[in-house]
Amino acid sequence: MQPPNHDRPGARPSPSALALDLWQNGQEPGQLIPLLQKTQEQYGYIPEHAIRTISSITRVPESEIYGVITFYKQFRLKPLGRYLIRLCDGTACHVNDARTLMNLIKEELQLDADDTTADGLFTLTPVACLGCCSLAPVIMINDETFGRLTPPKVRQILKEFRQRAATEDAATRGGTSA
Amino acid sequence: MNASSTVITVGTGTCGVAAGADKVLAEIRRQVAARGLDRVAVRETGCVGMCYSEVLVEVADGQHKTLYGHITPDRIGRLLEQHVQQGKPVEEWRILTDDRDGPEAAFLKRQKRIVLRNCGHIDPLSLDDYLARDGYKAIQKVVKEMTPEQVIDLVQASGLRGRGGAGFPTGTKWRFARQSPGTEKYVVCNADEGDPGAFMDRSVCEGDPHSVIEGMMICGYAIGATHGYIYCRAEYPKAIVHLRRAIDELKARQMLGTNLFGSSFSFDLKIKEGAGAFVCGEETALIASIEGKRGMPRLRPPYPAVRGLWGKPTNINNVETLATIPWIILNGAAALASLGTEKSKGTKVFAMAGKVKRSGLVEVPMGITINQIIFDVCGGIIGDRAFKAVQMGGPSGGCIPASLGDTLIDYEQINQTGAIMGSGGMVVMDDTTCMVEMARFFLEFTQNESCGKCTSCRIGTLRMLEILERIVEGQGKPDDIPALLELGEHIKATALCGLGQTAPNPVLTTLKYFREEYEAHIHQKRCPAHSCPKLVEYVIRADKCVGCTVCARECPTRAISGKVKMKHVIDSQKCVKCGKCLTVCRFDAVAKE
Repeated sequence: MQPPNHDRPGARPSPSALALDLWQNGQEPGQLIPLLQKTQEQYGYIPEHAIRTISSITRVPESEIYGVITFYKQFRLKPLGRYLIRLCDGTACHVNDARTLMNLIKEELQLDADDTTADGLFTLTPVACLGCCSLAPVIMINDETFGRLTPPKVRQILKEFRQRAATEDAATRGGTSA
Repeated sequence: MNASSTVITVGTGTCGVAAGADKVLAEIRRQVAARGLDRVAVRETGCVGMCYSEVLVEVADGQHKTLYGHITPDRIGRLLEQHVQQGKPVEEWRILTDDRDGPEAAFLKRQKRIVLRNCGHIDPLSLDDYLARDGYKAIQKVVKEMTPEQVIDLVQASGLRGRGGAGFPTGTKWRFARQSPGTEKYVVCNADEGDPGAFMDRSVCEGDPHSVIEGMMICGYAIGATHGYIYCRAEYPKAIVHLRRAIDELKARQMLGTNLFGSSFSFDLKIKEGAGAFVCGEETALIASIEGKRGMPRLRPPYPAVRGLWGKPTNINNVETLATIPWIILNGAAALASLGTEKSKGTKVFAMAGKVKRSGLVEVPMGITINQIIFDVCGGIIGDRAFKAVQMGGPSGGCIPASLGDTLIDYEQINQTGAIMGSGGMVVMDDTTCMVEMARFFLEFTQNESCGKCTSCRIGTLRMLEILERIVEGQGKPDDIPALLELGEHIKATALCGLGQTAPNPVLTTLKYFREEYEAHIHQKRCPAHSCPKLVEYVIRADKCVGCTVCARECPTRAISGKVKMKHVIDSQKCVKCGKCLTVCRFDAVAKE
């Protein structure tokens, strides 16, 4: 579950780039999952046209590719928000009341789990365990980890990210639109 | 080492980084340069297991190794000045000296580190570090001095059993794979550690990747396989990076590939990133996933030893099992067999989490008791509250109550309690943890992760979950307990794979040991642990309330009354128990009773 590559918002691998990659890695069967992982790394999600491209190269039916995508939690068919909030619901976080944080974030951002806010700013996804059990409860926003959280801390963090987005937008305004 | 007089090592495992190790490391590097300390070397290492004290920094000054805990960037200045420049360790941050003295010495005293022998001691990105600690000596010994059968006999004699949870004898598994006809065979390392609350395999792959790879090579030699796959969770990016780097470095030095170590033995290795499916820890599902399909399990037999990856004989072992192998080869079967109980030999790594003081990674000899791990090694329960139960084996395991705390760490003894040894997740619970909610949590997890292939798991766990959700919300019915028991037994008996067969365990064990808690929820609509939101009363503690009015303004039912700078009160008649007041209070004044 990689956050999308925001450095290059317009970056899209052409079908031929995927084909090349497949040619390089495709000496053995079983390349479908790595190929999907690469696609998601580039786009932040798996767009429909990529499924068609992969199918035409690998000759795996589109339906079967869709089946694989929906089976694994890592793959998503919708674009991610700018900030991916991974809320740990591992056992340690759970016993330290991650549920309260979950409800709080849902309410603050007006969204459901595995959903993205209307402004495209935040995506919320619960994850099994981030492996920072001693810092429970924990959330990760993109690649920053926040531990030993309390509801006021979470509110503050969300506020800071909203401000950060506004500052970034103000800085890029007038430049190329993302 | 090198000409440096002082070596500063920062623990940059995932847990360390989460606590801010990267910032600490950067600050050390910056200040070492700024102060002109050119005889100081700065290094990184993996997880030493003391997650509760992150960020950890070790200063080795030639005489002693001093380990400091809870280091933050603003402590670096004093640390360098006082310890490195003036030679006086900073006593108040010191937690351990030379791995044996200091306030945290008790944590290591009862541990026996075999799997974790190098974790926290070597730079995981350095093959030379691993080689300096007898790395790849075992595989060289094996290819030069032993026949494959002798290797298998040795592993069998050591009594090593699969550390993934089920405890199948490793030597026997290898023998099956060796005896399977065919020239093309595979070794697979299962690093798809999915139990919530378990992070043993991650720490080993991150902190000592070469020990796992060496174990796979030895296995390859023993069963006659020339290719291996490491199936690692994509959620462990650092582990994947470290494993990749290890493989690249081995290839660059011709230690992976054809004709290794001056023999005719060949072995090559690939990493497959799991895409996030708990069921892929089951071996037949894991194989399907490597093949690029939906990770659905299939009926066994045929076992993977006969028909595995690409239809060829395949041996699958867990990370911890494989990391133990080189140690057994170098130290002998008797050395491992001397540890533990009659049927459970060697050591076991546990990831300690929950309400325990020292949470982190411990490796203990088999035969130690649960109480000894929790109290002697991990320092007991946070706030010295009452120890209530421990969950072993994650969602497939069960709860062991405090009354059975003297149970030995032994596959059979733990099975007798209804739990399982599991892969090593140990979640400690105190009297504030609701056991019904805990069972619901684990069942929700397995229900989510059910692949949907067989009905009993797909539908059965959903029905159980619905009942549990009702109970924790105060809508339980008198016949819920018999229904849970019946469903649980049916699922255990009829599910296709290990995931389904073990899914009811958390419910069945909590029903066995904490039935009265279920009954309190169902009959009295009461949560004895004061944990279930719908079954508690929210109150405002007069000693903490400052009268800021935030809760009164946020309360959707206007159940809170009080004026500015006056103590507020919740009217329990109007309260709908949404918990909003608890999340908005900045003074910790709202409590559940």
